[in-house]
Parts: sequence; C-alpha cells; structure tokens
Amino acid sequence: MILAEVSSGWYLSLGAVLFSLGAVGLLIRRNPLVMFMCVELMLNAVNLTFVTFARDLDDVGGQVVVFFVLVVAAAEVVVGLGIIVSILRRRPSATADDVSLLRG
Amino acid sequence: MVEIVVFAVAALVILGGAIGVIFSGNTVHAALSLVATLFGIAVLFVAQEANFLAAVQVIVYAGAIVVLFLFVIMLLGVDRDEDIEAEPLVGQRPAAYALGALMVAGLLAVVTTSAVTGVPAASERWVRDGNEISQIGRLLFTDYLFAFEITSLLLVIAVVGAVLLARTRPGEQIDDDEAVAVLPGEHGDDEQLVEEDAEVDAS
Repeated sequence: MILAEVSSGWYLSLGAVLFSLGAVGLLIRRNPLVMFMCVELMLNAVNLTFVTFARDLDDVGGQVVVFFVLVVAAAEVVVGLGIIVSILRRRPSATADDVSLLRG
Repeated sequence: MVEIVVFAVAALVILGGAIGVIFSGNTVHAALSLVATLFGIAVLFVAQEANFLAAVQVIVYAGAIVVLFLFVIMLLGVDRDEDIEAEPLVGQRPAAYALGALMVAGLLAVVTTSAVTGVPAASERWVRDGNEISQIGRLLFTDYLFAFEITSLLLVIAVVGAVLLARTRPGEQIDDDEAVAVLPGEHGDDEQLVEEDAEVDAS
C-alpha cells in the first residue's frame, strides 16, 4: 500500500495547497480584515513546511525559524490592525479598493 | 496507521478552515474558520514532534491573534454579511483562480518530483531525547542571537507604531465630527450618520 506511512511529501503538499488557498483568498477578497487572515494562512503553510524540513533533516533550527515567524506575524497583525482600525473608524464600509491611495 | 488518520483528519480541518476563511461572507465566521486551520496546524506540529511549537501556535495564534481579530471586528461593528461576489475589476476573480491553480500545480510538482537535497547538519542539532525546548533555547541564544535581538527591536517598533496609530491628533474631537460604525441592532440614527459621512467626505 502506498499510504503505509505519512511521508514528508504529504506534509509539504498540504503546505503547498494551503499557501495557494491563502494567495487566492488574498486576491479575491476585498475586506481588509479577511485579506489579513489570508496572509496568516500563507504564513502557517510556510511554518508547516519549515517544521517538516526540521524533522527531515534532524535540525531543530527549522523550529527556531518558525518561532521567529510567529513573532513577526504577531507584530504584523498588531500594526496592520492598527491601520485598519484607524481607516475603518472613519469609513465603516471601506474595502481595499477604497484605500488604494493610503489617505484613509 | 495512527499517523495516517491523524494526518487525514488534520488536513481536512485545515483545508476546510482555509476554504471557510476565503468564502464566508461574515467576517466573524472567517475568523472562527481561521481558528480551525490554526488548530489543525498545531496538531500536525505535534505529529512531527514539534510539541513546543504546537503549544506556542495555540497560545499565540488562537489565543492572541484571532482574539485580536475578533476584538477589532466587534469594535468596528463590521460583522455584517458582505457581498463577496462583487467584482470591481473585471475578470480579476477568474484570473485569481487560474493563478491559484497554476501555483498549486507548480508547488505540487516541485514537492512531489524532487527529493530533499539538504544534508543533515554536521553537528547533530536535534538530539531526540524529548528535551527539544532546551535545544531550541540554546540555538536562540547562540547561532540565532542576532536575529533574536533584531526581533526584540521589531517588537518595540511595533508597539510604538501601534500606539502612534491608535492615538488621535491633539485638538481633534473624534466624537463630534466623525462617523462611527453603526452597531448591529442600532439603526435609529442612520440618516444622521449618512449626513455626517457626506460632511466628512466634503471637507
């Protein structure tokens, strides 16, 4: 049986599909909050790939990189949501198209 | 056998959550779907012996980031259904699907046809003795010390930036002249808000 065990290729394939789903969501949605969530999906796909390679290569450095990605994602969300709040406080129904000039 | 079942269930949860994020019109539902995806990723971390990262994933992502998302959604009152079929750019949506399919095909081709070419680290960096947290910590403060310090700088900058963004300009009364999001179930003064909106746009 091919599926005798879950090889790293399965994890990497799942990461690839998840990354692409996040990219498609980022392209087709107009709500800035949902676009942010799609960026989180893509970051998580990359994290999954890093952990898979860490297991494959017996190198815990891959997990350290995931740690850094988590920190950067948290900082990014804080600043991004701050910007979104300051824009949406003025225009509650703003979409990504309305703020293309970065003028709020 | 157990690993296959775990992987299959977690993959279903992850992909279902991701599709929920993309296709749900309600922002709150999208945030809750994101929780499902993040939890599935944490399960796969455990399946790959990254127990510490699984805990951090649940605490930081599900505990902090998604709560922050929900907080912003509730704060702004934007949790109404939106029309996700609207297409401001003609042909942009089919193009996005085509590009996504292309990306899946390309990434899957790379993943399935090529072998992992990296070699295991010369100085065995992962001794599987169930004590990976101390190994991660040791790496953080030796090989990755510079990146770690830069991370602290990044966090300080993010905090200062968030405070600056949230601050209102001195002398500006936000209550008087700014349109505020309409809370759900509170539609009494819609017209007044529209008028205020028009004033804001005109000024």
